[in-house]
Order: sequence, then C-alpha cells, then structure tokens
Amino acid sequence: MDTGRAESAMWRGLRSALILTAVTTVAFGLVVLVHEATRARIVASERASRVAQLEAVLGGIAHDNDLLADVTYVHDPALLGTTRPVPVYRARHKGRPAAVVIAAVAPDGYAGSIRLLVGIDGAGTILGVRVVSHHETPGLGDAIEERKSDWIHGFTGRSLVDPPPERWKVRKDGGDFDQLTGATVTPRAVVRAVSATLVYFEQHRAELLAAPATMPP
Amino acid sequence: MTTLALLRNGIRDNNPGLVQLLGLCPLLAVSTSLASGLGLGLATLAVLVASNACAALIGRHLPSEVRLGVFVVTIAGLVTGVELAMAAWRPGLHAALGIFLPLIVTNCLVLARAESFAAREPVGRAVVDGAAMGTGFLLVLLTLSAARELIGRGSLGAELHLLVGNAAWGHGLRLFDARHGVLIALLPPGAFILLGLTLALHNALQQRVGIQA
Repeated sequence: MDTGRAESAMWRGLRSALILTAVTTVAFGLVVLVHEATRARIVASERASRVAQLEAVLGGIAHDNDLLADVTYVHDPALLGTTRPVPVYRARHKGRPAAVVIAAVAPDGYAGSIRLLVGIDGAGTILGVRVVSHHETPGLGDAIEERKSDWIHGFTGRSLVDPPPERWKVRKDGGDFDQLTGATVTPRAVVRAVSATLVYFEQHRAELLAAPATMPP
Repeated sequence: MTTLALLRNGIRDNNPGLVQLLGLCPLLAVSTSLASGLGLGLATLAVLVASNACAALIGRHLPSEVRLGVFVVTIAGLVTGVELAMAAWRPGLHAALGIFLPLIVTNCLVLARAESFAAREPVGRAVVDGAAMGTGFLLVLLTLSAARELIGRGSLGAELHLLVGNAAWGHGLRLFDARHGVLIALLPPGAFILLGLTLALHNALQQRVGIQA
C-alpha cells in the first residue's frame, strides 16, 4: 500500500510536469509563429525610424545613398564623449560626399550622458542637431528635445567660424547660445559636445568621408 | 451573476483600479498622455479577455500545483504576441509604452481574474468578466491620463497619431501652451494625487447611489 501511494504521488507529479511542459511548448510555438509573422514589419519600421532620425539632422540635403549602410565607426573619447565606437553615417550624392551624421555623446549632462545626432555638411556647417536620449529634468533640462522647445534648432547653420570657438558657450558663460530657464548644466553640456564634434570633424574630415563602410565592431 | 451584473461589477462596484487597487504600477507610470493611457488600456483589455478565455478552457483540467504556472505561461505568451503586434503596426506607441507593455505579464489583475474567477467559470462568462475588468481598468487609465495631460501639458490627445496613424497628426485638443503646464501632474507625485482624487470621487458617487464600495 505504501508503494502504491508513492507511485500515485509520482504519477501525479509526472502528470503535472507533463502538462506544464505541453502548455509551455504550445505557448512557445504560438509566440514563434507571431514572431515570424511580424518580424519583417518590425525590422522595416525600426529601419524607417532610424532613417527618419538621420534625415532630421541632414536638413533636406540632397543625397541618394542608403545612410544606414554607409557607416564607419570612430573612437575619440575626448571629443566625442564616449569610450565606445561612435557611428558616423555618410550622405552622398552621385557618389560624392555631401554630409555626415555623427552620433556624439555629451557625457556631462545634469543626469548622465546625453546622446546626440549631429549632421554636418562637407564645409563643416551644422545641418541639424537632435537629442536621441537623455535623463535631464522633465520641464527644465528636457527643453533640449525638439518636441519640447526649438532650442536645439539654434545650432543649425553654425560652424567653428560662426561663432568663433571661444564663443561656443551659453550666454551666461560669455558665449552665443541661449541657456534654458532653470537649467544651465544641460545646455552647457550640449553646446560643448556639439562644438567638440565640429572640432573632431575638422580634424578628421577627409578620413570620415573616405573611409569604407564597415560593420559595427 | 448575470452578464449585466458582471459588467457592473468590473466597471463600477469592483473596479480594478479604484476598488481592488490592482495594476497600479502601470496605471501610475503610463498615464502621462491620453494616447499612451489608451494604448496600454486596450492592450491590457485584450490580454485580459484572451487570458480569461484560456483559463476557463483549460483551468478545470489542471492539477492545482501547476495551475498558476500554466496561467503565467499563457499570459506571458499572450502579452508577447500583443507586444510583437504593436511593435510591427504601431512602433511609435510601442516605443512610448516601453517596458510597461511586456510588464502586463506581471499585472496582478490579469492573473487574479484567471485564477480567482475564470478558472471556475464557463468560457462565455469568463470572457464577459475579462471585458468588464479590462474596461474598468481602461476607464481609470483614460480618466487619469486625460487629467494629467491636460493639467501638465495643456493638451488632450496630442499624441493620438501614435495610436491611430499619421492621419490624426496634429488633431489633438490644445488648451494652453505646454510651457504653462503644471509640471507636477506629469511627475509621479501628481499621478498619486490625481489617483487619490479619482478614488475619492468614485467613493463619493458609490455612496450616493447607496452601494458601499
């Protein structure tokens, strides 16, 4: 009788395990089906949103290449604000380089790093800047986002000669760029990062435009 | 309980957000704009109906020691499906909801309805209950997110294009410029304060109609 009870307990446990396994397998199978059915669309929409981000900082400059395919990776923690490889996307028109988009980082925001996209044409003039991600204070520092205020448009058309390097600062520090009400650290960090990105472009212009496209390291 | 009673129970007398106080984490976190509130509310509603249906179908055949495990796996599968579908067809909304979409799995409301109600009921009634509870949750999300967007940003439904496509771009209501918004409404303390006010209002209304919540 004891062995009978032990057997039935074992059978119960086995049955439970089998049920759980069966349900998990069915659920897994269904998720795989949904994944297969949606994968192409998800890849396409992710791609579209990345292209839209890049186009936003290119200010409508004419180009005919695939931006996401024409990318090279560079490394310069001092000027680009990160120890990681920084992607540089190239816009070309009829094979000639027209502009680059550098995914620079402002490492010294009020609450950590601010990731930027800086579009620069071949002459070193800024076509557009956008904030990709940040952790700045809502309502104060987040005015660097395009959908919150037009502050970020203040960079468009600027270069290292307009204003001269010593005036690439917020007004409070004697520069040419507006600060934000209640937030000084945030715009200071972004202005510094954008000007450092321009300096980097100035120093590496030829290599950036000529380097062959590579895969992410 | 009749169908009507089930609906009244889920939406009013036993509302998940205002009476059972279940699923408060996503409720408070996502209700910053009408569009994201509506998005998460609809996703939760869909998962609740489907998980209640599954629980009613298989619940009575499950040994008690694995019932919870099976429900969790079922709910996780359903939520993953909804998440993938949203990433494919509403990528903007998917990005706006972020982590709170997959976290529907951990919304205790979904598991609680499957385990404490649907598992012992016929499929039809389980589906009605899921729809009622989901609608109750959706209505609280809508109330809270409409209030927060209006007070915090002066707009209503400004991001609805994320939900219904670009045709709705710029069709939201704008009462005043976002710069004059009351910031605290968008921050977590504002969410708690407004939820408290909504709770108080719900209790007052319930007392008036003579049903003590």
